[in-house]
Amino acid sequence: MCKRQLVLEDGTVFTGNAFGSMDPSTADVIFNTSMTGYQEVLSDPSYNGSIVVMTYPAIGSYGINRDDFESITPFVKGMIVKEAIDEPSNFRSEESLDSYMKTHGIPGISGIDTRMLTRILREKGTMKGRIITEGDDQALAPTGEDLSDLLVRETSITKPYIVPGKGKRIVVIDLGMKQSILHELMERGCDVTVVPYDYTVEEVLATKPDGILLSNGPGNPVQIKRTIETIKSLLGQVPIFGIGIGHQLLGLACGASIAKLHVGNYGTNYPVKDLATDQTWLTTQSRHYYIEEASLENIEITITHRSLNDRTIEGIKHNDYPAFSVQFNPEGAPGSNETNFLFDQFIDLIEAHILQNGADHHA
Amino acid sequence: MPRNESIEKILVIGSGPIVIGQAAEFDYSGTQACHSLKEEGYTVILANSNPATIMTDHTVADKVYMEPLTVEFLSKIIRKEKPDALLPTLGGQTGLNLAIELDESGILEEYNVELLGSSLEAIQKAEDREKFRTLMEELNEPVPPSDIVNNVEDAVNFVNEIGYPIIVRPAFTLGGTGGGMCDNEEELRHIVKNGLALSPVNQCLIEKSIAGFKEVEYEVIRDKKDQAIVVCNMENIDPVGIHTGDSIVVAPSITLSDKEYQMLRRVSLKLIRALEIEGGCNVQLALDPHSFDYYIIEVNPRVSRSSALASKATGYPIAKIAAKIAVGLTLDEITNPLTETTYACFEPSLDYIVTKIPRFPFDKFKTGDRRLGTQMKATGEIMAIGRNFEESILKGIRSLEIGNGDFHLPYLTEVDEAELRKRLIKADDERIFVLAELLRRDMTIEAIHKDTKIDYFFLRKFKYIIDLENELIDQPFNEDGLKKGKQLGFSDQQLARMWNSSETEIYNKRMETNISPVYKMVDTCAASIESTAPYFYSTYEEENESTVSEREKVLVLGSGPIRIGQGIEFDYATVHSIFAIQEMGYEAIIMNNNPETVSTDFSISDKLYFEPLTLEDVMHVVELEKPKGVIVQFGGQTAINLAAGLEERGVKILGTSLDAIDRAEDRNRFEGLLEELGLSRPEGKAVSDKDLVIPTAEEIGFPVLVRPSYVIGGSQMEIVYDVEELTRYLAKTPVISEAKPLLVDEYITGVEVDIDAVSDGITTVVPGVMEHIERSGVHSGDSIAVYPPQRLSETIKQKCLDATNKIAQTLNVVGLINIQFIIQNDEVYVIEVNPRASRTIPFISKITGLTMANLATRCILGESLADKGFTTEILPECEQVYVKSPVFSFEKLRSVDTTLGPEMKSTGEAIGYDATLEKALYKGLIASGLSIPFEGSVLLTVADKDKEEAFEIAERFHELGFNLYATEGTAKYITERNVPVQIVAKIGSEHQNVLSVVTQGKVQFVINTLSSGKQPRSDGFMIRREAVEHGIISLTNLDTATAILNVIDSTTLSAAAIENKGVIRG
Repeated sequence: MCKRQLVLEDGTVFTGNAFGSMDPSTADVIFNTSMTGYQEVLSDPSYNGSIVVMTYPAIGSYGINRDDFESITPFVKGMIVKEAIDEPSNFRSEESLDSYMKTHGIPGISGIDTRMLTRILREKGTMKGRIITEGDDQALAPTGEDLSDLLVRETSITKPYIVPGKGKRIVVIDLGMKQSILHELMERGCDVTVVPYDYTVEEVLATKPDGILLSNGPGNPVQIKRTIETIKSLLGQVPIFGIGIGHQLLGLACGASIAKLHVGNYGTNYPVKDLATDQTWLTTQSRHYYIEEASLENIEITITHRSLNDRTIEGIKHNDYPAFSVQFNPEGAPGSNETNFLFDQFIDLIEAHILQNGADHHA
Repeated sequence: MPRNESIEKILVIGSGPIVIGQAAEFDYSGTQACHSLKEEGYTVILANSNPATIMTDHTVADKVYMEPLTVEFLSKIIRKEKPDALLPTLGGQTGLNLAIELDESGILEEYNVELLGSSLEAIQKAEDREKFRTLMEELNEPVPPSDIVNNVEDAVNFVNEIGYPIIVRPAFTLGGTGGGMCDNEEELRHIVKNGLALSPVNQCLIEKSIAGFKEVEYEVIRDKKDQAIVVCNMENIDPVGIHTGDSIVVAPSITLSDKEYQMLRRVSLKLIRALEIEGGCNVQLALDPHSFDYYIIEVNPRVSRSSALASKATGYPIAKIAAKIAVGLTLDEITNPLTETTYACFEPSLDYIVTKIPRFPFDKFKTGDRRLGTQMKATGEIMAIGRNFEESILKGIRSLEIGNGDFHLPYLTEVDEAELRKRLIKADDERIFVLAELLRRDMTIEAIHKDTKIDYFFLRKFKYIIDLENELIDQPFNEDGLKKGKQLGFSDQQLARMWNSSETEIYNKRMETNISPVYKMVDTCAASIESTAPYFYSTYEEENESTVSEREKVLVLGSGPIRIGQGIEFDYATVHSIFAIQEMGYEAIIMNNNPETVSTDFSISDKLYFEPLTLEDVMHVVELEKPKGVIVQFGGQTAINLAAGLEERGVKILGTSLDAIDRAEDRNRFEGLLEELGLSRPEGKAVSDKDLVIPTAEEIGFPVLVRPSYVIGGSQMEIVYDVEELTRYLAKTPVISEAKPLLVDEYITGVEVDIDAVSDGITTVVPGVMEHIERSGVHSGDSIAVYPPQRLSETIKQKCLDATNKIAQTLNVVGLINIQFIIQNDEVYVIEVNPRASRTIPFISKITGLTMANLATRCILGESLADKGFTTEILPECEQVYVKSPVFSFEKLRSVDTTLGPEMKSTGEAIGYDATLEKALYKGLIASGLSIPFEGSVLLTVADKDKEEAFEIAERFHELGFNLYATEGTAKYITERNVPVQIVAKIGSEHQNVLSVVTQGKVQFVINTLSSGKQPRSDGFMIRREAVEHGIISLTNLDTATAILNVIDSTTLSAAAIENKGVIRG
């Protein structure tokens, strides 16, 4: 079996067995603690620019099925596992993890001490890493912080599309939207228009939205300047709901600033407290950034959710305008969608807004 | 939310004696809960009749009542203590049932006692089948089609509608007692009849079988803010059809996609919210392997065996958290004790695979019905942790202490394929080994799947193990192969078998080539958060996380899975040894593999290695930690058996030397020892040639006691009365050799005495002498023990002490020693010496107040008894009388003979204490689960040798107003002596016969003694079994019968006509 290596920025080298694609890959190495849902993780566009280490050791046991993709094209840059299971067992399984990753050009390494790797990443923070074949040049090209919005450019769409429904008209600004978000909207009967991340205010408003959903997506939100500008203009005109990077963008649009976590939160067991109800929920997250609390002074924003463990901001709402957002993924997938009532709250917010302002723009 | 300020004093109900379906897990959860409540500042009153528990230590609760767990006694406790609240959800089914009964009795209302944890309504909704089904209907959650019946005919009619196969589940019974799967009407009638009799509410659930579905469990917790989380889910490798307690289980689930996982999670949380449970709850679900269809099987609104397993599997202490929730704290404010920086409101993330394998008692009950079904039969379980499935399950298999620590039972190679196939389908306790053997014989996994419905994922993994075995078999000592084998969990024994080598050779080769494991931490968070949890497991990987401290360390070996003869008592001793080590300033390290116990709670020791207890696994820990030495004397035979191998490899065994242990256990050396000390013992010989057994027995003179050497709990020990019986015994004894001789002893009748002592080699302290109610011949674990002794003179006690002291000094015992004596005509015979912890250690420690395991550990680590003010003495006797009463699980083990003999059969024990022997006995018997009738009828059927004695008993029963029934011979004997008795005919007779009076409930007691050796399926056997299955007291020992008579006598006022004194007035 071919030996492959993961070379970290700090010089640590892990050698394991190849699976998936044999392409080389360089990206941020992050770890994900969910015990199920590798298919969703693989296909979640938020993982663009990341090599994912799965901490659960047996990955691939139930195969890959046709239903659980979060996007048609995966963007993840690599997957590191303790054991890649070749022969899946589940009634829905269509192919193995290995075969899927080969088809989509995702390199993988199995058979390394993933707990050790996780420990290193936890202590030293996220690092760049490179997947190579044993014997290849280990030198990691010096890469500074990518200052472009390249990651989102890749994960967003280039042309809008419509998923028709009979309910509220929602425009999703796609920064790398997970399909499960669409499912949640469809379940609520929404008429959904998905638009590219760099759609202008005029283009968005031309679709006559009842509400705007800022989707999840990869990378550093600060660089997605055009979207921030769009949101600034939309604030107050149309109710807005942001998820993941959409939450960070809403914050930025309101004047908040963003900071990077030492270790990203990737997994399905992050407790988040809803400050209004004092209820704690288990949430799915895939994030490396957070809204800095200090930056909210003198801004018309209320903190609605906090991480139970590190107290960082997990949700905000605008004090004057119908706009709110959460850092986590209320749609789950993988993980629980026990906070999907937020989608209902979004619809309620839209209805309240319509009641207040009349439904004139539909005319 | 802050703790509940309206309450101050909480009564906690424990689960009582250990029975199948309710074992050490409740000591673990109960202990945690009590600590947790005390931590919050509450006064904790504990009621538990099981003296072998850590929970009943006076340090665990503020006040401990080791009284019978009945409404009567709990009411007394409530009246006396006036607790503000009652917490029943930590005492298993026993606790819940008592909560309901106490409520019904009105006492809770009368004393304004608040129920914590689950409401009565929730308990009933979950426990009462009808209410449960109604609830599921309301929630729109599917349950298999089922009906509740109160008689056999209704069952038959219902099944005619829904069709076979079906499952019968009696209501309110432990571990599914009395239930079973039926494929036809005959089976249905039999099982329902039995189930109705066992159900306290005379109710059975008849349910469409969904055998073959995946069985999945979720352990969930909810608080009063309605926050709810899943601690862990588990997937049974054995699909629905085998009780989850008897199934091999993996955690977390491994063949479920996120969609399936989340679907079942959602359902589980929906249920705990609907039941409004404040605490832990277990939800069992069945999932169709071919669709998203699922059924809810069961909900347990309390901590359980599964929650103990989930706690150990994840590190998340469910019982501790549940107790805090019960007093009002919420998940978001309770700290996660493993990380100390995060909160209990999260779902653990595992980066390893956990396997649980049940441990069955069929090594003891050879004739028992080994088939697995809906009724739990396992006495204990082991847990193993690995970084891949193969490693996890193979570590588990070698933790079982079955065979050679290998995925291979040698005898199966001789079994023909058809038989193996049959056993694969009709699952029994050895199915995993049968499966391995069939794979070795190239049976396809498709065929195995067809027979077992075990998921392909697991079957492929099993096959991979066998394939790798085949691949490596031709490359002995190939380094890569060795490494690969170890990474997949192959034991050194397995490799030794494959390569025709020895365990030591494999081990040495590994040391040469640096193939040894590292240790990973169990931290609830998959290394995502820094943690300080002292909880480790081994794996063959790169980074070792177990940092070795500078302190001096002592390693204590635990006792592994609970089985008959090696129960929770050893865990009790182990835990106290750990405490003593810590008190003395050493670092205490524990190795054990039993997820149910207190010793494997990571907060007990300085470091916990959750590992198999085999030589290689212990050596690896020793090599890493370099302890001062290893303590083996508290871990039962499991730890003792490791001592020789450890010493051979240069490990220091602390305390009594291995040589001393061998002198006590090796028959010839033992004889020599007693001779040297001038102590008497029953005449006996170790025979290593089968042909010499009968001549030896004749020479000693019948009856003789026969048994193999080196056994646990008197396994295969019998009293045989003649050559014929001995021949029968020999026929079923496989090997007699130089290495495994057969011991043949003279059988002496007399009072049996049990002594546990602590010695430092110079001074020997006996906290108390125990006397058995039953004369010699009944295994000490199955006898009723009494302290202080009632029939022994001071001289005899002194003789026993002298003998104990002599033996302890000569063997240079440092630590514990247990000696059993028989007293006959003022002569003291030594029958057994065990230089290690015995099963009576917790009992005697608790009643005398001397924590023997602690003191023994201090001796082991060099302290002197004299310095502590002890002399060689028996401590002054207490005023009260204490009784230890054995508890059996016969109703769960079909086809097991209930007769008492030298082979141990009990699974647990209860305590009774009071001012007089009779009162103490009464309480002990009640606590052990018997309800003693004070009127009714007695059936006697006894052997000729016992007739005279039995008559005295019959006469006394008659005097107390009981009716007598007896079989012909016995009846004749009684009638001849002018006591009225009804004759019952033999089994099979149409008239009132010996079996029908039992099955029809006409008698309340059965007194039956054995006529000749062990004849399975004899009439006597059937009577005894029927009695057990109908909940009738069956006494096979006349001493027990007399003791019960004394109890009845002392508490009954009989009606007697006044005698005509014939006074003549002048």
